[in-house]
Amino acid sequence: MELKDKLVSSFLAFENTINIDAPVHDIRSQAIKVFEEKGFPTKKEEAWKYTSLNAVLKHDYSIFPKEENALEFKDVKKYFLYDLDTYKIVFIDGKYSSHLSETTHDKIDVCLMSSALVHDKYKPIIDNYFNKIAPKDGLTSLNTAFSKEGAYIYIAKNKLADKPIQIIHFSTGKESAQMLQPRNLIVVEENSHVQIIERHQSLTDNPVLTNAVTEIFVDKRAIVDYYKIQNDNQNASLIDNTYIEQQAQSLASVHTFAFGGNITRNNLNFYQKGEGIDSVLNGVTIIEGKQHVDHNTLVHHKEPNCESHQDYKGIFDEKATGVFNGKIIVDKEAQKTNAFQSNNNILLSDKATINSKPQLEIFADDVKCSHGCTIGQLDDNALFYMKSRGIGEKEARALLMYAFANNVLESVKIPQLKTRINKLIANKLGVSIGFDL
Amino acid sequence: MLEIKDLHASVEGKEILKGLNLNVKAGEIHAVMGPNGAGKSTLANIIAGKEEYEVTGGGILLDGEDIEELAAEERAHKGVFLSFQYPVEIPGVTVTNFMKTAINETRKAQGLEEMPAKDMLKKIREKSELLEIDRKFLSRSLNEGFSGGEKKRNEIFQMAMMEPKLAILDETDSGLDIDALRIVANGVNKLKGENNAIIVITHYQRLLDHIVPDYVHVLYDGKIVKSGSKELALELEEKGYDWIKEEINA
Repeated sequence: MELKDKLVSSFLAFENTINIDAPVHDIRSQAIKVFEEKGFPTKKEEAWKYTSLNAVLKHDYSIFPKEENALEFKDVKKYFLYDLDTYKIVFIDGKYSSHLSETTHDKIDVCLMSSALVHDKYKPIIDNYFNKIAPKDGLTSLNTAFSKEGAYIYIAKNKLADKPIQIIHFSTGKESAQMLQPRNLIVVEENSHVQIIERHQSLTDNPVLTNAVTEIFVDKRAIVDYYKIQNDNQNASLIDNTYIEQQAQSLASVHTFAFGGNITRNNLNFYQKGEGIDSVLNGVTIIEGKQHVDHNTLVHHKEPNCESHQDYKGIFDEKATGVFNGKIIVDKEAQKTNAFQSNNNILLSDKATINSKPQLEIFADDVKCSHGCTIGQLDDNALFYMKSRGIGEKEARALLMYAFANNVLESVKIPQLKTRINKLIANKLGVSIGFDL
Repeated sequence: MLEIKDLHASVEGKEILKGLNLNVKAGEIHAVMGPNGAGKSTLANIIAGKEEYEVTGGGILLDGEDIEELAAEERAHKGVFLSFQYPVEIPGVTVTNFMKTAINETRKAQGLEEMPAKDMLKKIREKSELLEIDRKFLSRSLNEGFSGGEKKRNEIFQMAMMEPKLAILDETDSGLDIDALRIVANGVNKLKGENNAIIVITHYQRLLDHIVPDYVHVLYDGKIVKSGSKELALELEEKGYDWIKEEINA
C-alpha cells in the first residue's frame, strides 16, 4: 500500500487513541481531508522542483509509536548540550521521555503538546494559536491530522526563560522504518525572551522520515532565538516546517545547521504583523555523499519599517545536492522595508550541485531589498598561501571553509552551542584543530 | 643549504626555467634580479612548492635532500618561507589566528607540543613591534583591505614569526613607500643570522641599499646568466638589462 493510502486509512485507528470531542479534533478531521486531496508534493510543483520525496516515501513506515522505548542518558549524552543548564523536552520514537526530560510549569510552561491539547488550563492558548499560521499544504495538513505530541512552550508576558530549552527527538531504530510527526507550539508573549535548540537524531541506519511542524508566535518586543541542528544519520530524512508570526518590534532568529541526513527540506516562513520587526534567517549547510538539503524560505513583510536578514552558506562535496529558494514578499503597505538575502556556496566536487533561486515580490515603492548568490570553489591561491605557511592541505581547506561560514557562526548567541557547532564542523571536515576565529 | 641544479620547469606546457643553477649557503643573502618575464617569480614559487609548475629536469636540494616531491606545507615545515609578491586576502581569518595555526601545525609536524598561549602572545608582541605593526591590525582579517605596503609588512611579520631557515622575498619592495621599505628591510636584517639564508627577488636596486646581498644574480630567459657581487646590482640599475641581453646574444 502506498504511504499516502496507509496514512489516510490509519486516521480511523488514530481517532481511537484521542478524544474526538475536543475542538482540536475538527481541525484534525479537516486536515486529513486536505492531505487526502493534495497528498505528498511532487517535482511538478514549483516549490519542489529540485527535491523529490519519491525514494523516501517507498519505505513501509510504522506510523504510530508502538511501545515505550527507553534510552540511558549516558548512551545519548553526546547529542545533548550537556555542558549547559537547560530545560529539556525529549522524545523517543515519538513518545515523551520523562526520564531524559526536564520540564517546568514555574512561571513559564515548558511541557508537552499531548497535555496542552487536552487540559482546560491550556485551552485559551490552544484556541488562539494552534494551527493558526500553518498553511494548508499537504505535508503540513498531514502533520496537523495526526498532531498529538510535541513540545509546548508558553512564555507569558514580561517573562524571561531562565535557561535555554532543548527539544530532542530520538529514533531508536527498533522499527524497521519509522515515520515521526512531532507538532510544536511556541507562544512568547510581550517583552519575553526564549532560546531554543532543536535536534532530530536517529540512532541506527534504519530509515526514518520526520514531518515536523512548529508554529511560533512572537508577541510585541519579544525575542526568540531558535537553533536547529540537523546532523542526522544517512537514512534519516527530515521535512521541517517552521512558521513564525511576529508582532511589532519583536526579534526572531532561526539558525539552521544542516550537516547530515538523507533528504532534508526546511520550509521556514516568517510572517511580519507589526512595525519595527526584525527577522533573521541564517544557515550553514555542509554535506557530502548523496545528501540533499533544501532550504525553502519565505519572509512576508506586511507592515512598514521592518527588516529581514537572510544569510545561507553552503559547502557541497561529492554528489551532494543543495537547494536555496528564498522568497521575499513586500506588501504595498510595507514601506521602508529593508530586506537582505544572501546565499553563498562552495562546490568541492564536479558532481555536487546547488540550485539557488531568489524570488522577490515587491509591491511597495520605498524599500531596500538586496539579494546575492555566489557559487564557487575553494581558492587555489589561498590554499597555496596557507600551505606555504606550514598548514596542511586538509587543515587549510577546513580553515577556508570555517572562514567562509564564520559570520553565521558568529551570530550564535549561546557560547556552548557555538563551541559544539565548531566541533561538529571540525569532525565533519576531519580535522582536529579547533579554530577560534 | 639550497642547491638548485640545472632546473627546468614549465607551466601549462610552456618552459619557463631552462637550466637554472643556484647555490645558497647558510648565512648568505642572494639577490636575484632580471627583467619581467625572466622567471623570477616562477623560481620563488617552485622552491616554495606551488603545484601548477612542473619540474621537467634537474632538481632542488635543501640541506642535501631532494624536496621536489614534498608538498608546500612539508617544505614550510623544513624551514622554507616565501614572502608573496601578491599576498592572498583571506576574509574571516585574523592575522593572529592564522599565525597561531601556522606555527602550531608546523610544530606538530616537527613533533613538538603546541606553543603555550602565553609564549605565543609574547612572540606576536615582539615581532609586531619589530615590524612597527599596530596591535589592532593583528585582529583584522588576513590581508583583507590592507594597503599594498601593509600586506608586505605583514609578510615579513609572518617571516619573523615562522623564523625560516630559507626565506625567499618575492618583490617585497613593490608597493612600499620609503618609510615602509626601511621598516621591512630593518626587520629582515634583524632576522638574518648565521644559520639562515635569504633570497631577495627584485627588479630594483633600492631594496638592496637596505638589505645588502653577498651575491647578485641576473636571471634572464630562464637561466642565471651572470653572477657577481653587490656592485652588479648598481651596474644593472644604471645601465638596465639590455647590455646583458646583448652579451648573451653575442
